Amino acid sequence: MVAFDEMTGSGQELRPAYDALDRWLKEAPPETLALRRSQAELFFRRIGITFAVYGDEESTERLIPFDIIPRVLTKPEWTRLEAGLRQRVTALNMFLADVYGAKECLKAGIIPPDLVYRNACYQLEMVDFQVPHGVYCHIAGIDVVRVDADTFYVLEDNARTPSGVSYMMENREVMLRLFPELFATHRVAPVDNYPDQLLATLRSVAPRSAPSDPTICLLTPGQYNSAFYEHSFLADKLGVELVEGSDLLVRDDVVYMRTTQGPKRVDVIYRRIDDDFIDPLVFRSDSVLGVPGIIGAYKAGNVTLANAVGTGVADDKAVYSYMPEIVKFFTGEEPILKNVPTWRCREPQDNAYVLDNLEKLVVKEVNGSGGYGMLVGPHADKAQIESFRRKLKASPEGFIAQPTLALSTCPTFVASGVAPRHVDLRPYVLSGANGISCVPGGLTRVALKEGSLVVNSSQGGGTKDTWVLDA
Amino acid sequence: MRIRISHTIGYDYAEPARHITQILRLTPRDHDGQHVMSWRIEPSIDGRLRAGQDAHGNIVHSFYADGPISALAIRVEGLVETIDLAGAVRGGPERVPCEVYRRDTLLTAPDDALRAFAEEAAAGAGTPLSRMHALMAATAGRMSCRDASGRSGVGAAAAFAAGEAIAQDIAHVFMACARHLGQPARYVSGYVAPSGGLAAGGGAHAWAEVHLDGYGWIGFDSANGLCPVDTHVRVAAGLDYADAAPIRGARQGGGSEHLSVLVAAREAGGRQPAQ
Repeated sequence: MVAFDEMTGSGQELRPAYDALDRWLKEAPPETLALRRSQAELFFRRIGITFAVYGDEESTERLIPFDIIPRVLTKPEWTRLEAGLRQRVTALNMFLADVYGAKECLKAGIIPPDLVYRNACYQLEMVDFQVPHGVYCHIAGIDVVRVDADTFYVLEDNARTPSGVSYMMENREVMLRLFPELFATHRVAPVDNYPDQLLATLRSVAPRSAPSDPTICLLTPGQYNSAFYEHSFLADKLGVELVEGSDLLVRDDVVYMRTTQGPKRVDVIYRRIDDDFIDPLVFRSDSVLGVPGIIGAYKAGNVTLANAVGTGVADDKAVYSYMPEIVKFFTGEEPILKNVPTWRCREPQDNAYVLDNLEKLVVKEVNGSGGYGMLVGPHADKAQIESFRRKLKASPEGFIAQPTLALSTCPTFVASGVAPRHVDLRPYVLSGANGISCVPGGLTRVALKEGSLVVNSSQGGGTKDTWVLDA
Repeated sequence: MRIRISHTIGYDYAEPARHITQILRLTPRDHDGQHVMSWRIEPSIDGRLRAGQDAHGNIVHSFYADGPISALAIRVEGLVETIDLAGAVRGGPERVPCEVYRRDTLLTAPDDALRAFAEEAAAGAGTPLSRMHALMAATAGRMSCRDASGRSGVGAAAAFAAGEAIAQDIAHVFMACARHLGQPARYVSGYVAPSGGLAAGGGAHAWAEVHLDGYGWIGFDSANGLCPVDTHVRVAAGLDYADAAPIRGARQGGGSEHLSVLVAAREAGGRQPAQ
């Protein structure tokens, strides 16, 4: 399987956006690259940007590997990608409003009703509830992969609490410091306005009863969460309070934040706590991370939660397989971004095919994320394949399968020098009362192991700066 | 039957609590088989009580009270007229499609033993209705019901393994099996007036309802091995106990808490003694 290379295409040409970068890579002595890489690592250590790997007992905090060679997209490539992202997120929000409201897409047979109704992420609390300004998924992270010069596939929609945007911003910051000469020769679209856009989005969805300068806070599960660094980073950039559940209290369906001057009413909460843990009176009663009564305040219309409760029903991997139809149904347009062809193991003929071709396919748990609970057939040993075979036979509805995609590669500075490694891209799409915005680029994740297709940081992936060239 | 209910849930706190928030599902609604003649909820302390409705159509009260609170009692008094409809529940608010009630939850997720038990119990029965009756009989035969006072639930799988359980977990066992057999099933909390044929009752109780094509929702009380009759007062329904619990609460401060429950459900006119 020969993958499309972002710099050289099929290997012969030099793609236009990479001209200057190629020259620079050829001219820069390897020692310089190595020096820059160690400087980059030093920067990240100093910033303290870390993430936790669940199930890794040796170290709970790690530095995510950063690759100093940027991934470059041309303006036309980005323009088309962005149009696709806007269309996709528009459809996601309309789908959510519909499944919790009129249910037109279920009546029209676009998606089997049991995929929605039996989905644990379909939150009954949200049925017939009008979310503020009609927006459900304020912050979406849409994972896309590229397979050739013109084709991007959406690999996964993240509609709950997508993370990683702090890496997008820090990566750019570090690149600007290490390689000012590259920014002098490239017109790279900035990403540092992301916090402004996020703040504008959050302000726009404040309850209508809120003051014109609404009080916003960022609710984190706390320092033991793998993305805690990002939570504190974003709160700082947004200029809002970073709070834990115990910092908030609810009185008579109104949420207050404890401050040194006494309780202060909160209007919008950018919450990075999952639905299950956000309110022990409504969801898991054993949760100590959440805020008792917050759902009551939400449903009384006194506070906006971003993202809304119950968005998980839209990014379920079984629902994903219906996204092209969902996009068409709600926008009336052909989907700009393709879906990866997906076998739904819940359908017997699909599952039979999957069981016969496990060694070729990627099998994913419908409710899994972060690369956990996933089989990459071509890279799996017999025992792993047999273990998935048993799982697929026992509960086929818990899985989907996809072909092993030839994810595009990008030149990456590894131990042996500069070599191609597979990449994906997670752009962040913001939806507010005044429409959709999206900073150019996003987070490029790179599978650092040669030939590996798993880019998740929990599975040995790294990141790169992502450039969208303005000219 | 006219059933008079008196239910007091009392909390004593080791230290005064600064604030208490509770969600109460303690108010029955009318349906074809029951008519609520009078009902009141009275907290023993000052606070704000707001009425609402949840996704299942249950009447839900939010209760907020500020401290210092050293003790709190929620007192419920009411009178309900019931008719024997052989377990059928019609004319209630159905806000979500019955497909929702095929979901497994933490408390109703089946394990291999439960799945095997369900399949065996239903094996000889022809129609979905007779399968559910067979399942109820098998559950009643397998599980012995323990008094709920001082005990909390453990969920379907653990309860089934133990062979004895409080009524709420016997309902979970039945629901886990019914859902495994493809039937939408929901949890019901309520009251049962004592009568000669009932092994468990005379107070707060829990059972299950199954949705059957052509019949609608039908109650199955596996703890007693029968479909609810006019002895049963239906209060709240949900995906499981946690979803329909009479009280869910949170508080700031208060230290450890001591719970005391006094409950009596008896035929009005006083033929039977309070429990």
